[in-house]
Amino acid sequence: MQDSEVFLQQLITGLSNGMIIALIALGYTMVYGIIELINFAHGDVFMLGAFLALTLLGMFGMEAWPQHWQLAGVVLMLVSCAAFCGTLNWSLDRLAYRPLRRASKLSLLVSAIGCSFICTNLGLFWGGMPMDVFAGGVAAAAPKDFPQLVPQYNLLGESAVRVVPADIAVLVVTIPLMIALVYLVKRTRLGRAMRAVAQDSTAAALMGIPVDRVIGVTFFIGGALGGFASVVYALYNNTIGFQMGYRAGMDAFTAAVLGGIGSLPGAVLGGLTIGCVRAMSDQYVETRWTNTIVFGILVLILIFRPSGLLGSTRREKV
Amino acid sequence: MSAPILEVMDVHTAYGAIEVLRGVSLKVEEGEIVALIGSNGAGKSTTLLSVSQVVIPRSGEVRFRGESMIGLRPDQVVSRGLVQVPEGRRVFARMSVDENLQLGAYLREDPSAIAADFRRVHDLFPVLKERGGQLAGTLSGGEQQMLAIGRALMSHPTLLMMDEPSMGIAPLLVTRIFGAIRELNREGLTVLLVEQNARGALGLSSRGYVLETGKITTSGSGQELLSDDRIRSAYLGD
Repeated sequence: MQDSEVFLQQLITGLSNGMIIALIALGYTMVYGIIELINFAHGDVFMLGAFLALTLLGMFGMEAWPQHWQLAGVVLMLVSCAAFCGTLNWSLDRLAYRPLRRASKLSLLVSAIGCSFICTNLGLFWGGMPMDVFAGGVAAAAPKDFPQLVPQYNLLGESAVRVVPADIAVLVVTIPLMIALVYLVKRTRLGRAMRAVAQDSTAAALMGIPVDRVIGVTFFIGGALGGFASVVYALYNNTIGFQMGYRAGMDAFTAAVLGGIGSLPGAVLGGLTIGCVRAMSDQYVETRWTNTIVFGILVLILIFRPSGLLGSTRREKV
Repeated sequence: MSAPILEVMDVHTAYGAIEVLRGVSLKVEEGEIVALIGSNGAGKSTTLLSVSQVVIPRSGEVRFRGESMIGLRPDQVVSRGLVQVPEGRRVFARMSVDENLQLGAYLREDPSAIAADFRRVHDLFPVLKERGGQLAGTLSGGEQQMLAIGRALMSHPTLLMMDEPSMGIAPLLVTRIFGAIRELNREGLTVLLVEQNARGALGLSSRGYVLETGKITTSGSGQELLSDDRIRSAYLGD
C-alpha cells in the first residue's frame, strides 16, 4: 500500500466513524441547546440501543436469514432501537430531570451523571443475558461480537483502498437523518417551538407553548438519533460492550463542544473532525496516544474558543 | 353588570422567604382598560406573572371568565384567552419577525383565522410587515415592543395584560403604542396595563389600581386617580 492509499483509507474510516459520532453529538447538542444540560447518560442510552440490536438479532436468528432478509432485519433494528432509545431518553427527562427544572444547573448535572451510572450498570446486567449472541452471557462485562450483517467486500474491486458496503450504509442512514433534523428544527411548528424554548422558555410559555412537552420531545428525538447511531456503530465496528457508551459519549461530547455546543451543523462538523483525528492519530502517531490527542483538543477548545467552531459568542438578553 | 372577566382575589406570592405580594385583589370588567400603577419593586410584574401562573401564588384565587387559573400551566392559561406581553418584550431575538408572530399563534389551528390576524397585526404596526424577514434582535426597542404586542395578538386573546410597554422607548413610539392599545380596546379587547408611566396609563384607562409594597392601596377611575393629590406627588411628579 502506498502512502497516499494509507492516508485515503484512514480518511474513509475516519469519516464513517465521524458520521456516527456526529449522530450521537446531535443528541448532546440538542438537549444542551434547550435546557443547558450536558446529558451524561446520552452515551449510555446509545450503548443500550446497541444491546437491544444484538438481542433482536439473536432472538430472530437474523444471522441465518438470507441476505435481502437481513436488510429488512437491519431496518427493524434501526426502527426498534430508535424508538427504544428515544423513549428511554424521554423517561430520563421525565423522571430525573424535569423535577429539577427549577433547581440549580449543578443538581441537574449530578442527576445526569447518576443516570449515566445506572444505565452503564443496566448494560452490564444485560450483557449477562443467557443468549448465544451474548456468548451465553457467561462473561457479562466482556465485549460482544456483533455479526456482520452488512457484507465487507471491497466495492472498489482490486484496489488497495477499501470501501465496503458498511461505509455506504453509514452514509445512507446518517445523511437523511441529519437533513430531516434540520428540516424539523428550521421549518416545522414543533421546530419553531423548540427554538423558542431554547431562547427564552418563559416567553415561550407565555405564548402558549407547552414547555415541558417540547423539552420531552427534544429528549426523545436526541435519544432516537442515538438509537440509530447505535445500530450503525454496531454494524460498522462489529464489537459492542457495556463501556462503549462512555467512550463514544466522550468522543461525541468533545465533537459537540468542538463544533459549538447548541449548534446542529457544529455537531456534524465536530463529529467528522474527531472521527478523522482519531483515524489519523491511530495511523500516524500511535493508538495509545489517540485519547490524549482527542481530549487535548477538548481542553484547548475550552480554553481558547469556548464557543466552539460554529457556536455563537453572543448571549442575547433583551 | 355581569361578573368581571378577570378576578384576582387576595393573592399572596413569595420568592423563597421574600413575600412580594401580600394579598392583591383586583377586577377587570369585559371591554375595559384597567391600569395597575406603582413604583419599582411594588410587585406589578409579579402580579401579572402570578395571574399567568409563571410564578405560582402561595395562596389566593385567580378567576378568568369564572374559571380558576390556579393549578394550570402557563400555556393552558394562554389557551383560555388570557395572554401577557412580558416585561422587557422578550422577543425571540434569533428568529425572524414573521417567525415570532407565527409562534404567537402556536395554539391555533385555523389557517385562515391566523392569516386574518397576521393582516390585522400588519395593519396595526406596518413596520412589522416591512421587517418580516429580519431577525427580531436587530429591531429597535420600540419595534421590538410592537412585535411583542403583535406576537401576543396572534394568539387571539380575550384579555391582554401588558407589562410596561413604554419602558425604555422613545416618546414618539410610546404615543404610537398607547394609540394602538386604545384602538385594540375599541375593537373589543380587554386590557390590563401595568405601567410606571402613570400619567399615560391612567389617561388611557377607565379605572386604575395603585400597588404599593405588595398591596393595592388605592383604586378609582382614571380621572379620579389623576386628580388625587397623594398620587400626583408620588407617581406623577407634581
